[in-house]
Amino acid sequence: MDVKKYVIKQISIFSENRPGRLAAIAHALGEENVNILAFSIAEANGFGVVRALVDQPEKAYKKLSSIGFNVAFTDVIAVHMHDRPGGLYEIAKMLGDANINIEYSYAYSGKEGAVLILRVDQVVDAIEKISKSGATLIESSVFH
Amino acid sequence: MFWDKKTETMKGEQLQELQLRRLKQTIHQSQKVGFYRQHLSEAHVRQEDIRTLSDIEKIPFTRKQDLMGGYPFGFLAVPLNNVVRIHTTSGTTGKPTVVGYTKKDLDTWSDLIARNMTMVGVTKDDVFQNMVNYGMFTGGLGFHYGAEKIGMTVIPSATGNTKRQIEMIKDFGVTTIHCTPGYAMHLSEVAEEMHASLDSLKTGIFGAEPWSETMRHSLEERLGVTAYDSYGLSELFGPGVAFECPERDGLHIWHDAYLVEIINPKTGEQLSDGERGELVVTPLVKEAMPLLRYRTGDITMAMEDGCLCTRGRKIARITGRSDDMLVIRGINVFPSQIEHVLLKIPEVGNQFMVYVDRVNHLDEMTVDVEINRDYFSGELFDLSRIQKKVVKELMDALELRTTVRLVEPGSLPRFEGKAKRVIDRRGDTI
Repeated sequence: MDVKKYVIKQISIFSENRPGRLAAIAHALGEENVNILAFSIAEANGFGVVRALVDQPEKAYKKLSSIGFNVAFTDVIAVHMHDRPGGLYEIAKMLGDANINIEYSYAYSGKEGAVLILRVDQVVDAIEKISKSGATLIESSVFH
Repeated sequence: MFWDKKTETMKGEQLQELQLRRLKQTIHQSQKVGFYRQHLSEAHVRQEDIRTLSDIEKIPFTRKQDLMGGYPFGFLAVPLNNVVRIHTTSGTTGKPTVVGYTKKDLDTWSDLIARNMTMVGVTKDDVFQNMVNYGMFTGGLGFHYGAEKIGMTVIPSATGNTKRQIEMIKDFGVTTIHCTPGYAMHLSEVAEEMHASLDSLKTGIFGAEPWSETMRHSLEERLGVTAYDSYGLSELFGPGVAFECPERDGLHIWHDAYLVEIINPKTGEQLSDGERGELVVTPLVKEAMPLLRYRTGDITMAMEDGCLCTRGRKIARITGRSDDMLVIRGINVFPSQIEHVLLKIPEVGNQFMVYVDRVNHLDEMTVDVEINRDYFSGELFDLSRIQKKVVKELMDALELRTTVRLVEPGSLPRFEGKAKRVIDRRGDTI
């Protein structure tokens, strides 16, 4: 199995927790015609990390860095969920049964159905376990 | 009340003769220190050139930075085996300033403290709780031995655990306390929350940080004490250099032990009475570590003679600093120390901003520092780890808990010329 095709590049942006920072990020991405597919904000002690799945990660990285943001790529994986009550439970139970520890996660519900994005410490191992469990991983080409 | 009435009230020619004799001894003692041999020879001053007290102007000043150069024992005028104690105080860089004491120094020092405490009316019948740091900081052991010398009942409670401090005051019938004014305020509030009575208290000795008259009134009202200002610095033994008498209008500095000058910090010229400037002190009785014309950095002025208590001339309460030193919860902090710490941490940049606030009467220091681009992994966990590392390194260097805020690279101000990295928002009031 080619696990690489399931590894998705999330961009992680360091941001101080103050008004206008998200707007600055979103504005820059809009200017570059980069589409944001999903994002979340994590906060700790006065600063935060904005995590986003975008259609053109390299372009986003370049643009945000050029205007001074501190950006890094993070490998994440995406799992398809049934967009109905109990959909998250099916996946969460599978992850638990497979003994996969989630560092963080966020989700969206779009035209391809509901998607759970996962940051795990052992990416390759997680991809293999999830595939075996019968759940559907989403290829990175779907995003970018 | 007097501890040593003759010395405390000595004035005029008699005092000047004593001062001159001791100044000559001090200069002689200083010549056992390499720095001072060079210091005087570079200024073309020989020991015999100092014939009157005003000849002291021929000698160049000693600055805190000079003491750094002697780290650790370069300023000792006696062999280390005659040094019975070492204290340290904040340095301007990574290394602290080291101060050594001979047995005689400790005796002289505790005697000065005994004078101060007796001056404000405390006696061997009093119970004294000493609520300051007992480690390298001179405030703990300094007051401890002075109070023991008087014969007071001393409780070396040190800092922390405010509830326990209050219980001890109550249970042991403490009459006299020593702490920073900020901590005293905090103590009064915790006592209020506990509905604890502090009725036994009558005397509060507060020092190590500047405090206002408003603060005095507030402390006296809340704690039921008469509040006295205490001044000192480790380089001049520690606390006990100058102290308020019951008049509480300026501080008596002990002229038999400290030769006082007030100078214009920019030009170095001596100022007249009533003109504010930097306090320069030549300690006259120090054995292990003599200093000549030491620039304290503290801003005050010489007051007119004639205190009702009949002791010598006073200096005004300290109103500020001639350098960028900060006093946070009684601890001296130089911005250069912060810079030094940050230079050693690759995960963050070298630019920084310091904010000082007063929260619930206690000083809080916040340091903004930029995350280094190359060390951003994208993970919040790693950022928290870096933040904790900076807090710990600052704690180790400053002995002070600070709040560290990680900010975006390039977002802090860059200074051309003189940097203004400290924003002190404590204001003048309590």
